[in-house]
Amino acid sequence: MSAHDVVITGIGLVSSLGEGTDAHWQKLTAAGAEPVVDSSRYAPYSIHPLPEIDWGLQIAKRGDQRQMETWQRLGTYTAGLALDDAGIKADEALCATMDMVVAAGGGERDETVDNAILAASESRNDRDVLLNEKLTTELRPTLFLAQLSNLLAGNISIVHKVTGSSRTFMGEEGAGVSAVETAAARISSGQSTHMLVGGAFQTEHPDMLLGYELGGYLHRGPWKPVWQRDGSEGGGVVSGSGAAFLVLESREHAKARGRHIYAQLGPVISGRARRRKEDLAAVVGAMLEKTALLDGPLLTLSGASGAHAATKAEKAALDKNVALAARAFGTLTGHMKEAQFPFAVALAALAIDRKAAYPAFDATVEKPFEGIPHTVLATAVGYHYFEGMALVAASD
Amino acid sequence: MAKYNDHLGRPIVAVTGIGVVTSLGVGKADNWAALTSGRSGIHPITRFPIDHLNTRIAGTVDFLPSSDKGASALTYELAETAGREAIAESGLDPDDFGGPLFLASPPVELDWRERFSLYNTGTEGSASDRLLTVARNLPTLDTFETSQFGSIAARLADEFGTRGLPITLSTACASGATAIQLGVEAIRRGECDRALSIGADGSVTAEALIRFSLLSALSTHNDIPEKASKPFSKDRDGFVIAEGSAALVLESLESALARGATVLGILQGCGEKADDFHRTRSKPDGSPAIGAVKAALSDAGLGENGIAYVNAHGTSTPENDKMEHMSLSTVFGERMRSMPISSNKSMIGHTLSAAGAIEAAFSLLTMREGVIPPTINYDNPDPAIELDVVPNRKRDAEVATVLSNSFGFGGQNTCLVMAREPV
Repeated sequence: MSAHDVVITGIGLVSSLGEGTDAHWQKLTAAGAEPVVDSSRYAPYSIHPLPEIDWGLQIAKRGDQRQMETWQRLGTYTAGLALDDAGIKADEALCATMDMVVAAGGGERDETVDNAILAASESRNDRDVLLNEKLTTELRPTLFLAQLSNLLAGNISIVHKVTGSSRTFMGEEGAGVSAVETAAARISSGQSTHMLVGGAFQTEHPDMLLGYELGGYLHRGPWKPVWQRDGSEGGGVVSGSGAAFLVLESREHAKARGRHIYAQLGPVISGRARRRKEDLAAVVGAMLEKTALLDGPLLTLSGASGAHAATKAEKAALDKNVALAARAFGTLTGHMKEAQFPFAVALAALAIDRKAAYPAFDATVEKPFEGIPHTVLATAVGYHYFEGMALVAASD
Repeated sequence: MAKYNDHLGRPIVAVTGIGVVTSLGVGKADNWAALTSGRSGIHPITRFPIDHLNTRIAGTVDFLPSSDKGASALTYELAETAGREAIAESGLDPDDFGGPLFLASPPVELDWRERFSLYNTGTEGSASDRLLTVARNLPTLDTFETSQFGSIAARLADEFGTRGLPITLSTACASGATAIQLGVEAIRRGECDRALSIGADGSVTAEALIRFSLLSALSTHNDIPEKASKPFSKDRDGFVIAEGSAALVLESLESALARGATVLGILQGCGEKADDFHRTRSKPDGSPAIGAVKAALSDAGLGENGIAYVNAHGTSTPENDKMEHMSLSTVFGERMRSMPISSNKSMIGHTLSAAGAIEAAFSLLTMREGVIPPTINYDNPDPAIELDVVPNRKRDAEVATVLSNSFGFGGQNTCLVMAREPV
């Protein structure tokens, strides 16, 4: 135990299952938990939609809410939940010195404007001129900022006054992995005392589905659990709207202000397999070894997306290690892209704190875990590239 | 024996390779010659039609093979070209760099050409049905990769043999400086001996230009393009959107000297501070920018007298130049009237995600060559901004330390302190 150990003192969660740690714990530990799935709105694709959210609870000014598209609102809201949970929200001094790393996508475009341009393109050969004509007259001036990647962090600064520093990482699941890894490294090296880290993903926009489907990654047809999509129509991913933010602190900093510690975090391991040349299962297996797993059964919160090749490889690597009891939470939440890894770490910390494991989310594939988890593994193997994992452990 | 650690006991970070591309040309030599002769790279836009546009000029990079192939392809080529020049100068293996990659690049979006093509290939259902149905049957992953935020960095990682998961970041117009800061921090933490930091932006499309226009951020002085960017002038009316890239090979001083590399300069300090005032405007008292400058000085172990020259953010917008002057005057006091400060953007425009990296590269060349590039188009000084902007002509000067400022939308403020020699 050391003063610069990285500990988790705040968790903010939103998914189709609800909002907050209690709601997620209850839903995820209930016997036979059922996902919230909408299979009609974007048929033939299924998605896990956002729950109803009273944005005003975390974003007091309606003017601020209007300056954000849903993705930014979702992230700003969930960051507020984490800050609240850590007792930092509205503490001006702590917020002003707090560092932030956000894993962000972006690009929630104006569907109406885009569709009007596409429709007009059928009868026009001068499409470049058409673009100028429509975009100069129909784009809402503030939309650019309301969908811009680094403006999720920007809005967290404005709404919650987190202003120590603000960095935005991009790059799908890998952005979430790097954000957590960098935040932890800054704390353990003494570069920062307390950090806000996390991400959000809002899948209810055709462009967000297109981001997967240009690579043929989405599952089609009837919904199935993550591990059972191989051989089904489509690419295996069912996406979900959701967000996860964590407050990380040095042990010393958390203790000095007498805060409850969920768990300690580390090591965090990241990597990039050259998937065209390397065997992904072997690379994930090597990462597991590097994570310095302890003897005995290990609860594993897997961020598996369902994407056929990546999910198969991850499963092969996890199955090789008989001690691992995997829980692919994507079965219940859907794949939340940039938020996937922070979500996995948050669920791992929650299990440590509540001194209990999650039951199998898919009992046909996932094995039981008995007893109290003292250490939990979190993984995110990207649907296309980038891999990460972390250990979360009881802090006492 | 050389001293390898800084005032806080951290490894000193040296620069051993620099690469640059701007509208002025490819490579350090061409860029430096143009920059010090006061030449502008701003020109009329030819990449797309200018019908209906209020701004019809830019500092686009039109001379690369990917210049007409969309933002993703051009950003990659810009990053790759600068990265290759930097690694070659460092003497490290160009195919097996052996350290992490930090890439500042613009957020990606599906290009309109691709969107039109998907839509008009489809036949049935709503617009989104048509796009999605065609998308899932595409024969290659080329279009997919242009839509993934991490794919440019992933390609660069393959190309240069960088280690680990590459980080792609955005702190808006401060991104290039943040990429360098991440590299410096990784070396200081002892995670690596070397890092490759790149800022690249090839995203000047009609839509990007229209977005900034709608925020009233761009100059509309279209008639004489090379005169449009005029930082610190009374009649400045916005920035000129531009493209470019720069790469720095960062290395612990100890490791650089051990392998006999030439040390081109020292990355001595980084500072940042977020602003919570407004999405595009800075806090009226300038406290976040002031905080970022002070944090960079303190990180570098320097006092207010430690800086010899400022490489300004100097965008040529009414707001930025006023606030930058105010913030610097608060930190440096009376001395600010006589300390040289110039804006590279007067010649290359605002290269957005790349700006912080390009301007860091030029800051290092300024010290190495003993020449300060001018602020051109300074014909009508703003009387409210009393600064020595090195007007219109380069100046020979011994410069030992530089402060380079980068400020961006979303309350991003990042400052770098660079030195000619290790202290």
